[in-house]
Amino acid sequence: MIDIADLDIRFGTNHAVRGISFRVAPGETFGLVGESGSGKSTVLRAIAGLITEWTGRMALDGKELGRRRDRAFFRTVQMVFQDPYGSLHPRQTVDRILSEPLAVHGVPDADARIARALEEVALPRTARFRYPHQLSGGQRQRVAIARALIADPRVLLLDEPTSALDVSVQAEVLNLLADLRAARGLTCILVSHNLPVVAHLCGRLAVMQGGRIVEVLDEASLRAGKALHTHTQDLIRLSHAMEERVA
Amino acid sequence: MSTHPLTEGEPLVAVRNLHVAFPAPTGVTQAVRGVSFTIGREKLGIVGESGSGKSVTGRALMRLLPPSAQVRADVLRFGTTDILHATEPEMRALRGGRIGLILQDPKYSLNPVMTAGSQIAEALRAHSRIGKREARDAAMNLLESVKIRDPRRVHDAYPHELSGGMGQRVMIAMMLAPNPELLIADEPTSALDASVQAEILSLIEEQVDQRGMALMLISHDLPLVSRFCDRVAVMYAGQVMEELPAADLHKATHGYTRGLLECLPSLVEKRDRLPTLRRDPSWMAPHA
Repeated sequence: MIDIADLDIRFGTNHAVRGISFRVAPGETFGLVGESGSGKSTVLRAIAGLITEWTGRMALDGKELGRRRDRAFFRTVQMVFQDPYGSLHPRQTVDRILSEPLAVHGVPDADARIARALEEVALPRTARFRYPHQLSGGQRQRVAIARALIADPRVLLLDEPTSALDVSVQAEVLNLLADLRAARGLTCILVSHNLPVVAHLCGRLAVMQGGRIVEVLDEASLRAGKALHTHTQDLIRLSHAMEERVA
Repeated sequence: MSTHPLTEGEPLVAVRNLHVAFPAPTGVTQAVRGVSFTIGREKLGIVGESGSGKSVTGRALMRLLPPSAQVRADVLRFGTTDILHATEPEMRALRGGRIGLILQDPKYSLNPVMTAGSQIAEALRAHSRIGKREARDAAMNLLESVKIRDPRRVHDAYPHELSGGMGQRVMIAMMLAPNPELLIADEPTSALDASVQAEILSLIEEQVDQRGMALMLISHDLPLVSRFCDRVAVMYAGQVMEELPAADLHKATHGYTRGLLECLPSLVEKRDRLPTLRRDPSWMAPHA
């Protein structure tokens, strides 16, 4: 579904992504893990078309992706950002926020679709004519997910979708993402520094450090702590140490 | 300011039956409803979700709430100072002097147009009579004590030139400058990576232990608080649900604490669905 080869990205003198390659199969959820500055979000933004200066090859569904993305691309690929407060227009109601993608893609029957989208992400009907600031953090992230899914994309790019949320809300949003993924057969890429979250959603993941992928492993090896690279081992050890406190 | 020292065995901080309310046109929001705790020379963690009143509690202790806030308490004391009735000059001696405050994001809490070194020196000079040169040397020492490898560069750097972890170290250096007795850290690492989080909290822990300070760590992250504190108070809807030794957090019995612990995804154990928190209306009922 997604094929990345020798992707290289520089911002001036900062060599952010250094020739990375990976493939994501249809229906798979692939994780990108690393610390801030490792380049994981940059990779996601390049796939989304938010970064135009890159070299290498990116293909979606076997079709090469160019510097500029057409409308059909955004019909297929959508993104959810970390901070729902920053990614929702503060002066638009939820109704307006959700109708925008439908208008852009010329999707008919907006009214019914918006009602269905709100139901799907378990938002009350009264939320439809509220502004983002009138919603809680979890509700705002649900609006962002509804917006991403309303025009029926097949690929969902998730950039730290729960790290701004309380753990109780995180659990609800993770369950919601798992349900929607199963119902729609979505292909996802999840960027996160939280290993338990990645293990929960992803079948495979790549660990990034200094703009490179240092290791690719599957969920079972991650859970079993069978990592080969020292950086991955460090991340796993740290995560275990925290989990031991409350297990 | 009263100067007679605390009597033996009296805790540094005492809070009894603290209430904080915010009146608004649509009604009064009861943010804190009868919270009591004490802090000695120890590390107290306050955990809870957003809106539970944990930050408001920390701020009430420094009297940093907006003027509209209605604060009442049977006891609200730091050292021998009665926070509710202290004069503004007395409070200024506490804030940033005897009580340090570390907030979530150094990007917003540091002054963007002052170098790191001059901000630390300013904190020093605000609370003690020392010369400029002396303050500069002390600032350099503080930067070293917060384990900054290249203190000279960081001393002359502006906040935007520093990473999040480095900025937080500068913030800690600044708060340690006047040798406070209590450090209030409000989500000090929520904006940082897991590994930097552990480094920063280890640093706070080390400094608190070395200097014999008290720590109030406010966070939504239960494992983190359990790792770095002695005691934990769990807050929900403005009240303390339970208080227990941090090492026993996994043995918590209250439904709310259990709910928060169980909805954490696990790296070790695979679960298809995460249990979600079911909020028991009885948790809202005012405690006696």
